Amino acid sequence: MMESPSTITARDGVAMDTNTRGWFGDLVFGVLARLAGWFILLVMAGIIIVLVSGGWRAFSAFGPGFITSTAWNPISDHFGAATSIFGTLVTTLIALVFAVPFAFGVAFWLVEMAPPALARFIETAVQLLAAVPSIIFGMWGFFIVVPFMAHYIEPVATHYLGHVPGMGLLFRGAPYGTGLLTGGLILAIMITPFICSVMTDVFVSIPAVLKESAFGLGATRWEVMRDVVLPWSRQAVMGGIMLGTGRALGETMAVTFVIGNSNRLGWSLFAPGNTIASLIALEFPESSAGSLKLSALLALGAILMIISFITLACSRIFLQRGVSN
Amino acid sequence: MMSAPQSQSIDAGGWQRGGAMAVRRRLVERFVSLLCNVATVVVLFLLFSILWTLVTQGAGGLALPTFLHSTASPGTGGGLANAIIGSCEQTGLAALIGTPVGMMAGIYLSEFGQDGRIVMLVRFVSDMLLSVPSILVGLFIYLIIVEPAGHFSGMAGTLALAVLFIPIVVRTTEDMLRLVPRAMREAAYALGAPGWRVILSVCLRSARGGIMTGILLALARISGETAPLLFTSLGNLNWSTNLNEPMASLPVTIYQYAGSAYDDWVQMAWTGALLITVAVLATNILARWWLTRNGSAQQ
Repeated sequence: MMESPSTITARDGVAMDTNTRGWFGDLVFGVLARLAGWFILLVMAGIIIVLVSGGWRAFSAFGPGFITSTAWNPISDHFGAATSIFGTLVTTLIALVFAVPFAFGVAFWLVEMAPPALARFIETAVQLLAAVPSIIFGMWGFFIVVPFMAHYIEPVATHYLGHVPGMGLLFRGAPYGTGLLTGGLILAIMITPFICSVMTDVFVSIPAVLKESAFGLGATRWEVMRDVVLPWSRQAVMGGIMLGTGRALGETMAVTFVIGNSNRLGWSLFAPGNTIASLIALEFPESSAGSLKLSALLALGAILMIISFITLACSRIFLQRGVSN
Repeated sequence: MMSAPQSQSIDAGGWQRGGAMAVRRRLVERFVSLLCNVATVVVLFLLFSILWTLVTQGAGGLALPTFLHSTASPGTGGGLANAIIGSCEQTGLAALIGTPVGMMAGIYLSEFGQDGRIVMLVRFVSDMLLSVPSILVGLFIYLIIVEPAGHFSGMAGTLALAVLFIPIVVRTTEDMLRLVPRAMREAAYALGAPGWRVILSVCLRSARGGIMTGILLALARISGETAPLLFTSLGNLNWSTNLNEPMASLPVTIYQYAGSAYDDWVQMAWTGALLITVAVLATNILARWWLTRNGSAQQ
């Protein structure tokens, strides 16, 4: 596309023989653009093929039992995915339980209550929180949050909630500080800004006349939010939540620091566990090329990819419906 | 909670000023406002706590030797020089590779709508790529580059970062090109400019500010990535700028140091964490400032 000398200048307008050079330029440019587009397809196909084919040995060695087995024994070569899938889902769930109300609260505050000058500042601050690299969250979690959980939150929670029938099972166990709950909390802090910024965008985009008519009837801000804004934007809000979920599912570094990294499955949220991503990060460097363990890790990677694609697909469906509303 | 009383007639008494219902509604409103304020304060407090921890813990290592010496065994007074250079080299190269590819793909999505279904497919796949957990990208590059080559390399790390970089640029380029008014394109076409010229000289030029912002944000994002580098560039205790050898990077060094039992390594990890966070946040602020300035200039 460089063969034609610059013929567009501000002074002499456009003076070019479009029939020859324009045609050739369009051809080259079109080929380059298509190549770039196809390159993206190629990379994605490559990731899928490499993970699935790499994990195939583990899938075929253990069959469907791979997903339900809790084993992870490199010595006897027995591997299962159940514990890490469990850990991934539980930490993500905890993250959502904490992140969604906080994200909603901040978005509601930004849209309806904040003084305009302050709102811009706070919005930037929330976005900066989203930009902090995940390893920083991991390190901060490891040195600050883990001791805090071990000394204050977990003993107190065990004391007050540990004896509640049923639910108490979640809050028993030694207060190590590390564990599923801490992992989920760190994830919650990481995904809150994401969900919050989607919510803020959606809440701002609602037609003013809808809100104004509700305010005109004497509704309070909360009533407008609950009866007008939320029903109107429900789909898009769900899409934003799913986007945050996708991020929580695949997060590696932040979780690896605080999850405790132990292959166990149980009711206690204080017990150390692992997630698919943290297991891969820790075990991959210790598995030799061509071993069954490596294949099992790749199979876990393939499972993680499938889970995050399902989440992404849901978020796209929700967001598109939300927009078309 | 409002539905039952609401269904009664309006003059049910409780709705009058000072009536029971009015008081209740005002209390609920107050309570929700309070919760929202608390939520905002908590989120801001967390950001502040992270920054405060980084500054108090990391500032101690901000001395000249940190920037001049390479990483070394515990107790021998190493620095972070090789990690800083390695990070700059790998992120910079990834951006150099990723920017043209990502921009061309973004142009493809926004300007080649006549390709129909395949454009939609590329857009969908690009979004998928955007949400692939970064550790899986690391696995992918390990299997296609590191394993066949038989050794870890800075180049593999660079490519892993480029794979993360490209979809962000694709998304921004497409979004920004869509904002270019139709009239501008039509004017350029009416002057007889060929399609590629319209895109490069008119559309891209007017979308420049937004695309630059996107590239800066993408750069900030990949410079803090750790997981994709663990299995690709691995890290290197010695000074190395050779792309064909394992290469140190700040995030991986932080990861290795923070988990160690040596005080001076942990200190270095905090200092590295402070450096990278300041760099990432400064880039973000710069990018946003740039966008508001350019955005207001266009209007």
